[in-house]
Amino acid sequence: MKPFTKLDGLVAPMDRANVDTDAIIPKQFLKSIKRSGFGPNLFDEWRYMDVGQPGEDNSGRPKNPDFVLNQPRYQGAQVLLTRDNFGCGSSREHAPWALEDFGFRVLIGPSFADIFFNNCFKNGLLPIKLAADEVDALFAQCHATIGYRLNVDLDAMTITRPDGKVIPFDVDPFRRECLLNGWDDIGLTLRHADKIRDFEARRRIDQPWLFA
Amino acid sequence: MQAQTLYEKLWSSHVVHVEDDGTALIYIDRHLVHEVTSPQAFEGLKLAGRKPWRVDSIVATADHNTPTDHWDKGIQDPVSRQQVETLDSNIREVGALAYFPFKDARQGIVHVIGPENGATLPGMTVVCGDSHTSTHGAFACLAHGIGTSEVEHVMATQCLLQKKSKTMLIRVDGKLGAGVTAKDVVLAIIGKIGTAGGTGYAMEFGGSAIRSLSMEGRMTICNMAIEAGARAGLVAVDDQTIAYLKDRPFSPRGENWDRAVEYWRTLHSDDGAVFDAVVELDAAQIKPQVTWGTSPEMVAAIDGTVPDPALEKDPVKREGMERALQYMGLTPRTPINKIAIDKVFIGSCTNSRIEDLRAAAAVAKGRRKADNVKLVLVVPGSGLVKRQAEAEGLDKVFVAAGFEWREPGCSMCLAMNADRLEPGERCASTSNRNFEGRQGAGGRTHLVSPAMAAAAAIAGHFADVRELA
Repeated sequence: MKPFTKLDGLVAPMDRANVDTDAIIPKQFLKSIKRSGFGPNLFDEWRYMDVGQPGEDNSGRPKNPDFVLNQPRYQGAQVLLTRDNFGCGSSREHAPWALEDFGFRVLIGPSFADIFFNNCFKNGLLPIKLAADEVDALFAQCHATIGYRLNVDLDAMTITRPDGKVIPFDVDPFRRECLLNGWDDIGLTLRHADKIRDFEARRRIDQPWLFA
Repeated sequence: MQAQTLYEKLWSSHVVHVEDDGTALIYIDRHLVHEVTSPQAFEGLKLAGRKPWRVDSIVATADHNTPTDHWDKGIQDPVSRQQVETLDSNIREVGALAYFPFKDARQGIVHVIGPENGATLPGMTVVCGDSHTSTHGAFACLAHGIGTSEVEHVMATQCLLQKKSKTMLIRVDGKLGAGVTAKDVVLAIIGKIGTAGGTGYAMEFGGSAIRSLSMEGRMTICNMAIEAGARAGLVAVDDQTIAYLKDRPFSPRGENWDRAVEYWRTLHSDDGAVFDAVVELDAAQIKPQVTWGTSPEMVAAIDGTVPDPALEKDPVKREGMERALQYMGLTPRTPINKIAIDKVFIGSCTNSRIEDLRAAAAVAKGRRKADNVKLVLVVPGSGLVKRQAEAEGLDKVFVAAGFEWREPGCSMCLAMNADRLEPGERCASTSNRNFEGRQGAGGRTHLVSPAMAAAAAIAGHFADVRELA
């Protein structure tokens, strides 16, 4: 996994609540057996005027000029501001894959759906939960300022606004460590292989029907 | 000993290791696998030179991409076909406790075949790369959906990294009215607490109305726990749970059965156990439900109306409602029972079990679909459900009513196969998500129970199933 330490990035606002993973990456793109290449189809139904198909060249497709990520001022954005319950719905990891492939590294919102939140950390994507009024203020500043950027420091667990205000945030220490170092979870877990084997051996005796 | 909730019992019996910050490794007993969220996990294992930790924990099937008609012609879409064939070859190479491939007599939706084969048992941890894994919590299993990286992690280590959830009890007491089903109960719950109301919680469903539901009904409720934001839903073990599991193909037998039942009987929240949150509903007040928007929390009773966003004070919510009504092509204050439909879908991991099909058939019997309804799809949850329904003659009832009787699969719940809505089409659907584009780009989904879906098919618009004599 790509490590995440610091980022000074352009910010884009996704100003709607309950953005679901079907909207983030529609179902037809889930037929791929790869983990990469989903970026061009991120928010496909909102971003384009036609219905996209897997394997299609997206460069000539008609874009929806009203969609926020199509606006010139947000090209190259790496930080996405979101509203409540972002990433709800399906467990598809294709959603964080598509966000990451598009270029996002940080998501900031008042709340995220559990499975999506978890999936982000496995893909070098940092979702940050902030109080609703802090998020409101970021939306207001972002809307008002062309070229609005935020500085995100995972080691220090701070977001620094252009006006110098520093906003602290929380991350689980274990997840923070993994993301800072780009560690592979599986390798970490297998350090406990003996404990897993012991647990399994006891379980085999206590509940043999689970091993039939 | 301190009184424990069911969740706490399940959690503590699976912890292998705990990090300083509380992140735990929990042992996984059952890993359900389907074709959409597994190929990258199998590939990751292979690239890292790792072998699956415990192949006999895996039960696999192909369900999302499989067609529901013309099985003799195979899978026409080459991209879908490749995904299903990739699962075939991965399972052939790696192995599994059981694999029900495309066209197998026991193939079906992963959340239908697990329980019906006794591959989902009380006290287990169950995972699947699918958010509706919460379904299995109806059997007092700790069951939740995971992402593909976690699918690979479970294959490689038989464990999952997790933090303990908070606990929520949803207590539904009283007697459900005639024509009011498990689907109406869970939609009413989501309407009350919202789609993020359960985020961070494991949600146990209790109370006399839940106890009175069949296992199928309990699965419908737990299935949609994720639609309330909770990764896991739970119902305690009782006589019904045990009766359902007796003599299923993978259920324990003989002495093991007796030992298992003795343990399963302990799988309930103790008297006096403390939950982090409690929500109460009166069963007698719940009416048949119909969603009107693009989130499952946007729901009304059949005798209600489409709400007016102008009355909503929260600006983010108001804009969400306005956007939803525009997408759905609805005007505020329209009576729900005046909304005409184009298509009906009866199926999905929420509502495709035998009881669901019986409820739909009871309404359809001796009636015919309205002329304005272009298509009524009935898609059983599995090959076994299909056979059972045919043995009871339900297929004939559906066909006589002008409905189409199809082969099992996920079908138009998420429209990865050929079954889908065209732009602007309005559908009464027994599935679980009314998101924009879920059943096809531009399609408009209203979530309802199987009986209400059949009633809408007959009337041509939403209709109160309680008023159909």
